[in-house]
Amino acid sequence: MHMHKLEKIWLIFGLAALIVFLSTIGVSAFYLGNKPPSCLTTVDPEKVDQTAPFNKPGLHKVEGKDWDYELVFVAQAFAYTPTQVTVPLGAKVKVIATTKDVVHGLEVAGTNINMMLEPGYVSEYTTTFDKEGEYLIVCNEYCGTGHHLMSSKIEVKK
Amino acid sequence: MPSINSTIKVDSRDAKLSMAHFYVAFAALAIGGLMGLLQTLVRSGKFELPGGIGYYQVLTVHGVLLGLVLTTFFIMGFQHAAVSRTAGTHSDKARLTGWIGFWVMTLGTVMAAAMVLMNKATVLYTFYAPLQAHWIFYLGLTFVVVGSWIDGIAQIMTYAKWKKNNPGKPGPLLSFMAVINTVLWIICTIGVAAEVLFQLLPWSLGLIDRVDVLVSRTLFWYFGHPLVYFWLLPAYMAWYVVIPKVIGGKIFSDSLARLSFILFLLFSIPVGFHHQLTEPGIDPAWKFIQVILTFLVIIPSLMTAFAMFATFESAGRAKGAKGMFGWVKKLPWNDARFTVPFIGMAAFIPAGAGGIINASNQMDQVVHNTIWITGHFHLTLATSVVLTFFGISYWLIPHLTGRKLTKKMNKLALIQAWVWFIGMAFMSGSMHAEGLLGAPRRSAFSTYMGAKQAAEWIPYQIAQAVGGTILFIGIILILIIFINLAFFAPKGEEEFPVGEQAENAEATPMVLENWKLWIGISIVLILFAYTIPFIDMIQNAPIGSKGFKTW
Amino acid sequence: MAKAQLKNGPKSNPKVQHKEESESLKGTMASVMFLGFFIIVTWLGVYFLFVDRF
Repeated sequence: MHMHKLEKIWLIFGLAALIVFLSTIGVSAFYLGNKPPSCLTTVDPEKVDQTAPFNKPGLHKVEGKDWDYELVFVAQAFAYTPTQVTVPLGAKVKVIATTKDVVHGLEVAGTNINMMLEPGYVSEYTTTFDKEGEYLIVCNEYCGTGHHLMSSKIEVKK
Repeated sequence: MPSINSTIKVDSRDAKLSMAHFYVAFAALAIGGLMGLLQTLVRSGKFELPGGIGYYQVLTVHGVLLGLVLTTFFIMGFQHAAVSRTAGTHSDKARLTGWIGFWVMTLGTVMAAAMVLMNKATVLYTFYAPLQAHWIFYLGLTFVVVGSWIDGIAQIMTYAKWKKNNPGKPGPLLSFMAVINTVLWIICTIGVAAEVLFQLLPWSLGLIDRVDVLVSRTLFWYFGHPLVYFWLLPAYMAWYVVIPKVIGGKIFSDSLARLSFILFLLFSIPVGFHHQLTEPGIDPAWKFIQVILTFLVIIPSLMTAFAMFATFESAGRAKGAKGMFGWVKKLPWNDARFTVPFIGMAAFIPAGAGGIINASNQMDQVVHNTIWITGHFHLTLATSVVLTFFGISYWLIPHLTGRKLTKKMNKLALIQAWVWFIGMAFMSGSMHAEGLLGAPRRSAFSTYMGAKQAAEWIPYQIAQAVGGTILFIGIILILIIFINLAFFAPKGEEEFPVGEQAENAEATPMVLENWKLWIGISIVLILFAYTIPFIDMIQNAPIGSKGFKTW
Repeated sequence: MAKAQLKNGPKSNPKVQHKEESESLKGTMASVMFLGFFIIVTWLGVYFLFVDRF
């Protein structure tokens, strides 16, 4: 099949750009640990309240792990537990969350903490809270009439 | 290629079939467009819906009518006309098949719409379990899909007839493209059909108690991404084949156009995980594999970009254009059949750039389910695709109804497109910006208990309402033009423009017509991308979910 | 028939073809390269946003 010389150059250029993009995100994901939230743990959605760690929502200091704190959220239409939490600046935190009913989102606005909560699955994301401020948590997957009222708050301070 | 113009006019019986599809499509546009206006007004915080109508009910109507009904009906109507024009009139049997498809789709639409209007199916057009709609809603959607299969089979029948009568020759380009799109559609809708028939329908009927949510979402997105290419390919058909004729040029390369369509068939399906990047239960390695496959589907669009500019430049130079960009001035800017789709093409530059960002694995965390995504597909679908559909309508509808696009209507069509452009610049632009700040999509107005971040979002929401209002003026204009062209424009002959290749172009390699080969590779890629993760999902499945009605 | 056309196609005179080609599509090349850089710039923008945020 005949292809114009300039089109070949263009496609090689385009392909090279795509390979650079893929390499950048591939290295970032698999060598620097920036994989998107993909936890494989399951949970019975009807027994969330009795199952650890969801029986104690909120921020907990942990020892002997790669992270300093675990921040546990339980979502249900149309609220998160806890409704407000304070995280010390610079803390490395594993956010752990699940839903008791329909699919919800858990997005900490203005950060990379953005994950789907699906019944039966635990969602996790580990990050270091290295910027001070008040962060709004919003449900970003439609969950019913009160979807836009579903929120929580994280305060990051020294 | 004498075959391309062997049938100059679409047979009037086939024209009626196409027009039936267009009536439904434009009715959907009218109602769906109004719903869009209401949404932007509500989210500005300055307006409330009267009579206790729910925001999410309005949102469901908007998504179902514009994302599923307008698109599917328009595309099937256009493809019937395209196949009839280039591969020959439908046989009576093919035409009857087309009509059966049309009525099954229409019945399904009415069933789904009735449930949505009765507030029994406020589940948005993605109907994610465990939100449980009325079973009639799911059955209605099944009918829309099955009807579209029947419609598509009619087109394949006519293409097969042409191939039988012209052995050893590549099929007419426009028909070939329509058939690729139909095959793509049939392969991908198997996913959503399985989701509805084996999971949601028996579950909503109470025959089964629980559904596996992750499996249902995976089946949905197996369908959901090729769905957007099913929308896009008819626009590419017009760009590759119709536009060259409208601007007085030649098709840049018949072979490369076919090759790009085959690449879409191969790579637009095994990529659904890029909509599920932030979901639990899927191994990150498989997510990344599908991200790589997603990047491969960018290549045919890079080819298309080159082909479009090359078509314009060659046509301009043939008319004596000089310098680097002299050809731009030679383009027929006063012809709505060119300028309207051209604005759509231009919109595909930011639309495509945004799409690459969305698919970039962990970068999705910045934008996932924020209103950036809404802004993104209002560039792809609601600008690139829809403006091209409007551009097609301006010659196709008078062609089918035996009327003419008058100078006045041509002028109005140009105004319509610029109004759309301005409205979308406001709406989609502010959606992109607001999304980067974290504002969620698919949400009614909310101050989130006085949160500071949410207060920063409100100015963007007001800009969206301004854009939405301008876009609604655009909807009114297109409806005026549609009604004019369907019923009132003066009688006459409007051309169905079909471009031809340059005389010295090489012949199309027959390997591009090897359907067994391409469909085979497509299936192998799908099996590669989905088998192992799917087995994982089923083996490690949690207990399923009962239905919820939270609206 | 297809084979015969292949033989008589543009390949029969490659030199003339190429010279003509590179002159006639420079505007296209400039346009697509603009498009390419637009994609790269926007992608980098969001990439750095990702890197900057926690």
